[in-house]
Amino acid sequence: MARSVAIIDSGGANIASLQFALERLGYGASLTNSPDVIRSADKVILPGVGAAADAMQRLRDGGLVDVIRDLRQPVLGICLGMQLLADASEEEDVDCLGIIPGVARRLQVAEGFPVPNMGWCPVTRTADTAVLEGIGDGSYFYFVHSYALPASEFTLATARHADAFSAVIGRGNFVAAQFHPERSSADGARLLRNFLELTP
Amino acid sequence: MRDGVVVKGVQFRNHRVVGEIVELAQRYRNEGADELVFYDITASPDGRSVDRAWVRRVAAVIDIPFCVAGGIRSIADAEDVLNKGADKISINTPALEDPDLITRLARRFGTQCVVLGVDSCEQDGDYHVYQYTGDPDKTSAAERLTTHWIQEALDRGAGEVVLNCMNQDGVRQGYDNEQLRTVRDVCAVPLIASGGAGAIEHFRDVFRFADVDGALAASVFHSAEIDIRDLKAYLGSEGIEVRPAGDQREQ
Repeated sequence: MARSVAIIDSGGANIASLQFALERLGYGASLTNSPDVIRSADKVILPGVGAAADAMQRLRDGGLVDVIRDLRQPVLGICLGMQLLADASEEEDVDCLGIIPGVARRLQVAEGFPVPNMGWCPVTRTADTAVLEGIGDGSYFYFVHSYALPASEFTLATARHADAFSAVIGRGNFVAAQFHPERSSADGARLLRNFLELTP
Repeated sequence: MRDGVVVKGVQFRNHRVVGEIVELAQRYRNEGADELVFYDITASPDGRSVDRAWVRRVAAVIDIPFCVAGGIRSIADAEDVLNKGADKISINTPALEDPDLITRLARRFGTQCVVLGVDSCEQDGDYHVYQYTGDPDKTSAAERLTTHWIQEALDRGAGEVVLNCMNQDGVRQGYDNEQLRTVRDVCAVPLIASGGAGAIEHFRDVFRFADVDGALAASVFHSAEIDIRDLKAYLGSEGIEVRPAGDQREQ
């Protein structure tokens, strides 16, 4: 069974912890911006730490925008990678990939809800999805973010800051998490394993 | 953590110590710890580059966030630690010597990974910052009020504060809830209590009375006097919202 996983190099991202998480599950993963490697991978992960505009610029410079849009295998966006899959982000008003409808909004600052939202938050499932298989409703995941996609018809699970937002979202072969599964202990590992075992 | 760089024997012993630390980190992860902080007390008085291979070894096995404190004096130090898989870096004395370091780190890596460590002690009715606390011979007042320093650090981009209350440290009489409450009022970012934990009730009290976002402890966990699973079950039963320790065996 071929088990090639491509992690798209969107720049700035520290992906050591993601690579280690995949290794613990028995998967090697290459960090790449090669269209051929990405197209031929069984699974593709779009991570991201940093600013949306920088990451989009890097994807455009690498000629990867259409490559990602045309992918047919399972694709997982993580954190900023989730926001990149949306239509746009309020962060510097940047156009994103337009794969999952919605615009990433800045989290509202409120008493008791500092931004960035950093820490473990319970996640509530709102639709059935294979990537959350075996994970209890209300399980905690580790978040680090200042922007988020509002809940929509593509939302699979929500979390709350000052307002509810999409914690997991999906459309077709694309699925994304606002939290960091690679930093979310056993439940995060289960989500990654569920994704890696998806059949195209 | 201490990294001997002088003689082979020390390095050899160090490898053994690192092994124990990875084991300990895994134990805490399995017990349901939400985050780990590693204090790197490696001495580098002559400015030699420090071997931080242990960070990678921790990152390879640990799937909860972890922070490295100590020895980070520059963008390059921080980059080294973060690239090896740490999620956050914590700075204390270097920030007092060069407050602009906070600004530079926050700009380069984002506020979410810049933690300010503060050693603070009550004196004549005010809370004062102390520096060089890693070395008892050099420890001295930094001539800054704790609340003023924290406000400056937040303005510069610190994304989290670990307040170590020195008058409580090591005495296990409970966290300094009064001081933490005072700091809470000026600290809009996550505030982590440190120093004084000796019993599970101390954790309840600091969350209840000082409204902190997290409570850090070392000795009561190292000695296995408090099991994190028991602690979390207790906090939950006391109405304090915690991530349940659960069953972390998957992996």
